Amino acid sequence: MELRVAATKKFCSFDLNVDFTVSQDRIGIFGPSGSGKSTLVNLIAGLQQPDDGIIRLNNETLFDRNIDTPPDRRRIGIIFQHPHLFPHLNVKNNLLFGFKRCTPENRRIDFDSLVEVLQIAPLLERGVNNLSGGEKQRVAIGRAVLSNPRLLLMDEPLSALDDTLRFQIIHHLKTVCATFSIPYLFISHSMLEMRLMADEVLAMADGRVVDQTTPENLARSRMGVSPVGYINLLRLANPRRSDGLYAYRWGTGELLISAGNDQPETLFELSSKDIILFKQHPEAISARNLFRCTVAGTFASANRVGIELACGKDRLVAEVVKQAADELGIVAGSELYAAIKASAFRRIG
Amino acid sequence: MPEFTSAEYTAILLSLKVSIVATLLSLPFGFSAAYVMTYRKFRGKFVLDLIVNLPLTLPPVVIGYILLVVLGQNGVIGKQILQPLGIKLIFTWKAAVIATAVVGFPLLVRSIRIGMETIDQGLVQASRTLGAGWFDTVMTVILPLSLRGVIAGSALMFARGLGEFGATIIVAGNIPGVTQTIPLAIYEYASSPDGDRMALALCVVSVVISVVVLLFHEYLSRRMIRVD
Repeated sequence: MELRVAATKKFCSFDLNVDFTVSQDRIGIFGPSGSGKSTLVNLIAGLQQPDDGIIRLNNETLFDRNIDTPPDRRRIGIIFQHPHLFPHLNVKNNLLFGFKRCTPENRRIDFDSLVEVLQIAPLLERGVNNLSGGEKQRVAIGRAVLSNPRLLLMDEPLSALDDTLRFQIIHHLKTVCATFSIPYLFISHSMLEMRLMADEVLAMADGRVVDQTTPENLARSRMGVSPVGYINLLRLANPRRSDGLYAYRWGTGELLISAGNDQPETLFELSSKDIILFKQHPEAISARNLFRCTVAGTFASANRVGIELACGKDRLVAEVVKQAADELGIVAGSELYAAIKASAFRRIG
Repeated sequence: MPEFTSAEYTAILLSLKVSIVATLLSLPFGFSAAYVMTYRKFRGKFVLDLIVNLPLTLPPVVIGYILLVVLGQNGVIGKQILQPLGIKLIFTWKAAVIATAVVGFPLLVRSIRIGMETIDQGLVQASRTLGAGWFDTVMTVILPLSLRGVIAGSALMFARGLGEFGATIIVAGNIPGVTQTIPLAIYEYASSPDGDRMALALCVVSVVISVVVLLFHEYLSRRMIRVD
């Protein structure tokens, strides 16, 4: 997928002025509320017209001074923040709404396969008013995907869901898009969602694209200004119970986690702020995880220093203030001890 | 209850006929006007709004007189369009239909508009991005979701049509068996010395028809609330 957008749009109190080209299939658009993300989505989908500029998808011009392809002919699907299911149609007819309007030569996604991937077969004959939030969003995903779009725009599709549902829906989104090879733009103000969903990120602020980078680099650059620091994502497997905690193989030893479970594989998040570093082995410590590691590299973010710790094959990012980094003499190759409380890990999926 | 003669039965049937035809004729125009006023942005929207709602505040007699002037033998439409086609409207039941349609039109448009304004814009946008053109979206999303407004507006307009008097008497006259509707018949009986009982009986008929219309409207509205 190649998407080129160079567009301006003026509102009373806000100007959008973007110019970018992306060519990967999993693109994130990251920015705070009011940065112009949803306006950008509307321009790409054709729901709003730019004042000037061009929008081109896979070498087909969707908008310029002479062309303005209407939204129904762009073949760009949207998954909105709210499911927006048609209340006068049941689940099956909602799913088929776009499919029926798709020309036969463009129908490459099979209804039954999609229903299976999204696990919505028991819902098909139900009205949409009696579905749970997660079920509604799954149907909305299915409906957009069945319209066989060339590009899927996901406009904060997870922000109305609680954490448990959020990570279930992320799983469904990733599975569906991977299974049916649908390129997408994932819009969110959550760095965590960016890292789980995107390979390349456009960071937006005040109606401009201020950075185009990888989610990892963006997360590192924002570590110092983010209230939660840098979030380490750890996919841990095969736990064993140990005195009320769960022990997972990690690095050269084990991680003890209080929020573990008996699932064969679990995704945990750990903030860079929750890792304490020692130059020497502490005599006694209450944290249940203490391991020796090597500094693989450092990076600066605001007034913080991010420290990439290597422990065996595994990596973690910790953060300290600059003075602490100087005092401990942290440079690439230094040996350190890292301590993490068992309760610092949060299960997210 | 006095015995109705064929003239009263004709008046009752004519009232029903005029109201039904006026409502059915107005529906596509009313729906289109409501759609344009709800979903389209254009210059002069305020003027259209004013024109559509004007019959609501104008005295019906004034509307009747304007119609008479426009559709009459020397009127712009009457002389230029109707006469060459051999169509005579004034003092026929068709003129009563036009008068009823004009007077009831704002009520129809208002109700449909209220129905349309309650539709979540996200549904319309979703429909467009799912491949439905604007007309497709109107027919498959906006129309079904504003159906309650359409039914409410139709019922309101039909009921208003049954009571239409001022515009009708000017443009269609009060010809028994031809253009005399229930209100005109009541007016005639109320003006004659022995007509009280007959006027009252026709009032009762009016009340019964109105109640039936309201019950039918309520029934349809309830049926439309989807039960899973």
